[in-house]
Amino acid sequence: MLRWILGGREAQGAVERNTVLFIGEEQPKNSYTELQVLKGHFDMVRFLVQIDDFRFASAGDDGLVLVWNAQTGERLQELRGHSQQITAMTAYSWITGDTDHTGLITASSDRTLSLWDPETGNRVQTVSDLQSSAKCLLVLSRLDLWISGGNELCVWDRDFHLLCKTDHHSDAGITAMVELPKNCIAAAMDKEIVIYRLSASSSRLDTLVREVRRLTDHQDSIRALISVNDQAFASGSHVGELIVWDSLDWSILTYERILWEEPRPEGQAEIHLSSQKQSEMCVQHLATDGECVVAAVGSGLYLYNVSRRGVVAYRKAAHDSNILHTMLLPDGQLLSCSEDGSVRMWELQDLPLPAEPAPTGFFGMWTFGRPSKQASLQAKKVPEVSGLRTLELTGDLIGHSGAVQMFVYFVDLGLVTCSTDQLIIVWKSGERESRFRSLALFHKLEDSQGL
Amino acid sequence: MIGSPDLVAFTKDDDFGETDVDPCLLPDEFSVPLFTHAGNSNPWSKTSYAKFARDFILISEFSEQVGPQPLLTIPDESKVCGTFDLNYFSLRIMSVDYQASFVGHPPGCNYPKLNFVEDSKVVLGDSKEGAFAYVHHLTLYDLEARGFVRPFCMAYISADESKIMQQFQQLSTEFSKASEWLKTGNRKAFASELVKKLKDLEYTRTVLHKETELQKKNSGCYSTQVIDKANELANVEKSIYEHKDLLRQITSYPSRKRIDCEFPQESDDPATSAEMDKKATPTECSPEVSPEAITGKRRPSYTPQLIKGKSAKCFDKRLKTLEELCDSYFFHQTMEQLRLIESAFRGDLCHIYTNQISQALLKKQKITNFLYEVYNDWEDEAVSKPSFAGNLPPPTPLLLGAPQSPEAVHADLDAETSVEKPQEAELTESSPSDLTQENSDEGTDAEMKVSSGSSGESVDAAGPERPERHSEAEAVPQAFCPDVVEGNAAGTVDDGEDNDERVSATDSPSPEHNRASYQSAIHEQEPSVKVDGDMGGDEPKSPGLTQDLDLTGDSVLQASTMVQADASCCMGQEKLQYEEPSPELAENGFPDRVVKREPQSCLQGDLTLGKAVTAEDSPAVPNALNSDGLSDDMFRMNLDDLSDATSFMSASTNSDRLSSPCHYSNPVTLKQKKRAGQNALRFIRQYPFSQQAIFCVLTGRTLVVLGADERTVRKLVNALSIFVPNLGKYGETVQPWLSCPFQLTDLQNWKIIGLHRMASPTGSSMLHSLNRYARYIGVLDADQKTLRCPPYRGSLIGNMANHRTQIKRGSTYFMHVQCMLTQLYSKAFLYTFCHHLHLPISLSEDQETVASRRSSFLHQQLGYNEEDSKMIQFLSELIKQSYLQGPGRMVHPPGFCFSYIPSFVHKI
Repeated sequence: MLRWILGGREAQGAVERNTVLFIGEEQPKNSYTELQVLKGHFDMVRFLVQIDDFRFASAGDDGLVLVWNAQTGERLQELRGHSQQITAMTAYSWITGDTDHTGLITASSDRTLSLWDPETGNRVQTVSDLQSSAKCLLVLSRLDLWISGGNELCVWDRDFHLLCKTDHHSDAGITAMVELPKNCIAAAMDKEIVIYRLSASSSRLDTLVREVRRLTDHQDSIRALISVNDQAFASGSHVGELIVWDSLDWSILTYERILWEEPRPEGQAEIHLSSQKQSEMCVQHLATDGECVVAAVGSGLYLYNVSRRGVVAYRKAAHDSNILHTMLLPDGQLLSCSEDGSVRMWELQDLPLPAEPAPTGFFGMWTFGRPSKQASLQAKKVPEVSGLRTLELTGDLIGHSGAVQMFVYFVDLGLVTCSTDQLIIVWKSGERESRFRSLALFHKLEDSQGL
Repeated sequence: MIGSPDLVAFTKDDDFGETDVDPCLLPDEFSVPLFTHAGNSNPWSKTSYAKFARDFILISEFSEQVGPQPLLTIPDESKVCGTFDLNYFSLRIMSVDYQASFVGHPPGCNYPKLNFVEDSKVVLGDSKEGAFAYVHHLTLYDLEARGFVRPFCMAYISADESKIMQQFQQLSTEFSKASEWLKTGNRKAFASELVKKLKDLEYTRTVLHKETELQKKNSGCYSTQVIDKANELANVEKSIYEHKDLLRQITSYPSRKRIDCEFPQESDDPATSAEMDKKATPTECSPEVSPEAITGKRRPSYTPQLIKGKSAKCFDKRLKTLEELCDSYFFHQTMEQLRLIESAFRGDLCHIYTNQISQALLKKQKITNFLYEVYNDWEDEAVSKPSFAGNLPPPTPLLLGAPQSPEAVHADLDAETSVEKPQEAELTESSPSDLTQENSDEGTDAEMKVSSGSSGESVDAAGPERPERHSEAEAVPQAFCPDVVEGNAAGTVDDGEDNDERVSATDSPSPEHNRASYQSAIHEQEPSVKVDGDMGGDEPKSPGLTQDLDLTGDSVLQASTMVQADASCCMGQEKLQYEEPSPELAENGFPDRVVKREPQSCLQGDLTLGKAVTAEDSPAVPNALNSDGLSDDMFRMNLDDLSDATSFMSASTNSDRLSSPCHYSNPVTLKQKKRAGQNALRFIRQYPFSQQAIFCVLTGRTLVVLGADERTVRKLVNALSIFVPNLGKYGETVQPWLSCPFQLTDLQNWKIIGLHRMASPTGSSMLHSLNRYARYIGVLDADQKTLRCPPYRGSLIGNMANHRTQIKRGSTYFMHVQCMLTQLYSKAFLYTFCHHLHLPISLSEDQETVASRRSSFLHQQLGYNEEDSKMIQFLSELIKQSYLQGPGRMVHPPGFCFSYIPSFVHKI
């Protein structure tokens, strides 16, 4: 509770600090004209996981996992069992016979891992007394295995048999994992990315996990790690480094250093790193649509095209406070949510033709080609200013009174956001809802045969 | 709705035809002598020449001792009847009997036979007295009366003949309900009287039997005494037989009655009745259960008396009063119903007519009337009245006993487990159930409705056992001590089962019971005491009973089970549900209880609500009605729950959120709304931007009235509240005064918020929330007289809120608004239910075609502009939601619609 209060204050302070961008009340492109507040949690809600087309699960610091119907707002299940906050949650799908099953795997600070059936609300499997609590979970659906990452990396099968695990790592532990081709896994551990290889043999129990490589190019702890596509994965660090790696040989494809400040002479970069503005350029979150990577850097957004190796668009002050989660929608839309309690919707637009050149001094960047990877730091201007587009704010969603931690996007139903103010809000298109209701109304009318 | 009674008075039948009246002539009305003003009498009262001031209800009896006599009138004021001769009128109305009831020994039958006659309903006029009456005759049973019957009648007396004639149907229906209450209570009382009498007779028989044996031994078989005794014994035997037969008849009543079942739950009645008398009556014998009870020895709750061979058939005996003839609960219900009738039919026929017509019309438009009607007017009609009728014999003994009168509980407990007596006495004393009763009539009401079915059934289960028990009892007459006799009788049959049933009978209703009280408690917003208190009613039983069951087995419960057996045997024999009752139910009862005792938080609230809902499924019979009856409470509770949660939340953000936001204690009445009309009139005259404010309200955009002065703010909120669609029964969508920042969820629940402007940190955070949620609200600043909200350029509200209006009176203005809103809502209804406006007609059509059709309907056909269409659309969504959800239920958290339109500041 205390934390939440602090969180609230913080967000509030942020709002007061500077209102960078204000779209006003007229938002013709914003179709979210209906909202539904879902209550149920008693502490911050940190995680949302989509289960299927209409259900999602939420979890947070109260140790509760709630399953909701996004369409009606009904609380379907209440999964109780964890005594402490949930640290990670993921959906786990498998197929037996013809039927699809989806379970939820949760990890908690009480050092347990549980598998839940969201249909019945039963705790199907559970493991307790782990050596450390898991901080991240990764499902390898191809192998029908899943991996928990904490101070060590453990490989489990669906029945919660521990197949193998690595040695105890540093205290930092694994904070993020992605799956790579050829049964490899990249795990972010403080400043390093460790590549593991799973040697799955015929019998499950012989599965081994082996460390293959350590990538030590990041200068500060890694905050985000995602897989972009089959060829590449990306990682972002606390000091604004964005590295795109080759998934096969784990070499650096691009190294970007995002600084929202004026570019400085080389020597001063280091000084800048230790300044108190660090959090402003920390890569909080990465998201991708397979081609572009969007990085939430401080309170700014940075869109990078992986295949073209170039910046597509950026906005330094996209929010009033740190951005916590972002998402790229297929039609050139971008969603971001932030500690300032709002969700903003962006549209990628071409710069107007008589474009004043992009304010290159606006942010600084070092770009490293692969060949020059080992070269000493060398500042470069943004190479292709011409391709630069802009992120236009098309709407914002205001409702939460605390930091918006995360959101889940349902194509048909709308957007679900969760926040430190203990609430979950479902944002819907009023028009579509109205249509659904009309449909339901006429169905009911037909069923009851007239009024 | 606008009624016409006021108008009718000013129009005459022939006013319309003649247009060519000479203007020079003195108009007719001036030549009419002025009405002599006399106190409170109204000029249209037709009672002016009658000897009584207004209509009243009279209950009379044809006493076998003194003939027709008036018993009581409703209202019970002497000035009502004035100089009207009640005695004479009683004679008149009682002389038109009618029911031709025959009780006694019909030819070909050895035993007296009870006739269950239908009530007769007649209209009587007495032009000399200027009185006309609807007369409802009924017969009640009385063991001591001649032929076991006592004829009564209830009469509605009015000076207006046409009122009686034209309202005959309604009067008949309503009086039938009253009569049904009365007769049900009477059957119950009669059955219990019979049971008592039977016990006396059996005791007498045992004694006689003993004596005969003794005398046979002493003086041989053929002595005169012995023969006398034998004759006496035979008489008693016959009497027993007759009484048993009567008991059978009275208890088999429902099965017959049910055929023409106006009251579906009649079947439970006997069970309840016997249960009832057992529970309700033992008060008088509780003193007998004295210290020896502590030793664990059981005594019967009723000590049988020896019956003299010849009962006194004489006139010196005091006949029972009406109140004694009827079980007290039912008697009160009857009186309540009669009072209801009196108030419902009060006033001029014309007035009643208009009311009835508008009620009937309202019922027809049930889909939209939630939007603007005062709930009392139509929902009560729909909800409470049917349940009132439907649940006719509603109270289970337990529930009646428990919360209503502590003595009853006490007695009840005594009867059941006298071992526990000392503690129980304490418990009852300490139990504040009476307190609850006072505070929350609604709660108890609810629980009465709820539980009639379940316990009735479980008691039924004991029925079929009865005959064996009796034969055994007869077969083994050994001791003088009645305890032992009865004890054995019961003891030979399996007590275990009986006990189980008892447990279930007492416990099964408890979830509902608790729930009901819990709700009421929540409603009162100081739950802890009352929840505990209410538990007092049945809580003590659980330890007592379980202990008994475990420890004492056969021997202990004999006496009481005998009573139980006797009582339950009277009940519905045709209905065997032997397997159904029992321990599970009892078990269910306990955990529930545990949950409810936990301290309340919003989580707990949720839990209990959930439980309550599931619990509702268990008893089968009265649910349809109950759920309706309760939905209100549920609804309210939901709201409270919501608001609780918000206050809990905001308490954590801003610790200075002091006031608990909701007080939905009283339903909004029409009167209040009319009074609000005055404020509204002032508002639209005073503020040129009133239309914009009303537009906000009619598009569902929460309007925040900001001000430093509480009175001003409250007044403004009150003024605007008459425009709020779906104000809610308790006006729960309006928050007249709030002194802490609001949350998003508040905007969802409240459509008008009166906000305290403060110069303090709280104030600034309040402004912050105003700022933050600016897009969802309109802000009416009462101090600076500004309004910040989207613009309104439509025409609809212009008619509703014209600041140059000629209307002078608040209530008239309210009617006017109501009228305009009704128009608007009917448009919204049309819009909602036009299939082609929302769904494609053919497969080839896409959404855009439909959308364009929709907008052309709004703009071209209805002629509305953008803003007016918005109102229609918003109202349409409300209608859809309420239609889909059904009345009063909130299954899912409500949605909250808004739009992204820029706001402007309007100034005076």
